[in-house]
Formats: sequence, C-alpha cells, structure tokens
Amino acid sequence: MTVFQPVGALSFMALSVVLFSLGLYGALSRKSTVMVLMSLELMANAVNINLVALSRFSAPAEMTGQFFAVFSMVVSAAEIGLGLALVLALYRQRRTVEIDAMQELKG
Amino acid sequence: MSSTVNGVVFLALAFATIGGAVMMLSTRNVVHAAFWLLEVMLATAGVYMLLSAEFLALVQVLVYAGSVAVLILFTIMLTLRRREDAIREFEPGWGAGILALLFGGALLFAVERFSAQLPAGVMPEVVPDVAAFGEKLFTTWAVPFEIASLVLLVALVGAVWWSGGDGK
Repeated sequence: MTVFQPVGALSFMALSVVLFSLGLYGALSRKSTVMVLMSLELMANAVNINLVALSRFSAPAEMTGQFFAVFSMVVSAAEIGLGLALVLALYRQRRTVEIDAMQELKG
Repeated sequence: MSSTVNGVVFLALAFATIGGAVMMLSTRNVVHAAFWLLEVMLATAGVYMLLSAEFLALVQVLVYAGSVAVLILFTIMLTLRRREDAIREFEPGWGAGILALLFGGALLFAVERFSAQLPAGVMPEVVPDVAAFGEKLFTTWAVPFEIASLVLLVALVGAVWWSGGDGK
C-alpha cells in the first residue's frame, strides 16, 4: 500500500487484527480487573471497525455492518457497566481488584 | 467525504489507534491507561468518519469516549486506596504475548490469503446519509432496536443491584 493511494478493505482488516491481538494480549496478561475490562473494550472496538469497513466496501447502501456495530456497541456498553459493577462488588468484599483474589467459586 | 480514502489520513488514524493501544498496555499507571483507552476510542471515531459512518462516529464519541471512559475512571478512583496504588508492577505476560502474536499472525495470514475474495480496493461512491440510517433503524431494524433497549435496561438494573445496596 503506497501512501497516496486509496485504502482498500484489506488495510482496515489489518488494523482491526492488530487492535484485536493487542486487546487479547492485554486481557490475558493483566492482573488488574479494570485493565482486563479495558482490554475487552479494545477487542470490541476492533470487531466494530471490521464490521463497518466490510459493510462500507461491499454493500454501502444496506449499511448492515453499521447496524451490527451499533448493536455490538450496545452489548459492550452493557458489558462494561456490569463488569465495573462486579469490580466494585469485589472491591467491597475483598478490598482489592486483583484477579488473583477471585479464586473461589463461592465467596 | 470523497469516494477514495486518502492514505495519509488512514495511516495517521491507524498509527493513533495502534499506538494508543500499545501505550495503554505498556504504561504502568492504571489512570494513564484509561486515558490512552480514551485516545484509542477517539481515533476509532476518526476511522468511522473515514468510512463515512457519521452516526457511528458520533455514538462512539458519546458512548465510549464519554460515558465508558468516565465509568472506568470512576471505578479506578473508587478502588484505589492510596495514590501510589495506581502504579502497578510490570506484568509482561510472555505466554499471553506469544499466544496473541500467534493468533494475530494466523488472522493476518488468513485475511491475506482470502484477500482476493474481498471487495475491490476503491470504496463505492454511494453513501447513504444519517437520515437514511435512521429510517432503516426504525423500519428494518426496529425489533432488534427494542431488544437492545431492553438489554440496556436489564444491564442498568443489574449494575445498580450489584454495585449498590449492601445493607439489604
């Protein structure tokens, strides 16, 4: 891809792949629950970019990918809200936000 | 927006997105990581503008850069007892890094392999505007829209239930 050429769908997918891999790395390696949730948001973001880009390049009139991205945003907003509420509940019970503190199924 | 995406703008936005993600994962301060996530979300809104999805860019700025970033910052502030707790020790996570590298490599290989089946390089000229988007949202996608609002309501009630009221 030269710089002054129009960008194809492949470039957007590559961007999405890199972002998703970074989010995967963060979600697997961090020990703070908040950092894990932030990495999950990164992965959701990558998926949304992919949806919108492919919809734009293949069938822009239908905008199906954009609607999928909107609903995916709704789900990930609900997920981050519930996740952070869980983090607060965990903090209230254990006084810590480390993932290692959650080793039992029944507290 | 012109029919062909300018490569310079795309490269700048891709650099902002990926660089922000790398900085978010490499900084040791949780508060700084939250602000880097905010930067990634704003750059993603720019990518949506490039793809002429204006409504999505708006929603991205409102929901992610607005509410989610504030929510994350509030949680970080509420769960930090001392200011020094924001600085965390270095967590390289070599196994996770190798796994993510392998996963990303495999995905890139697959995308490259099937790139012939991808749509052609130049973006199509036809761009529906926000009004067309709204019309489709409330006709074709009306039922999923209502279900999405129900999901948000349930998540709201659940979040309040979990995070508040331990006196009950």
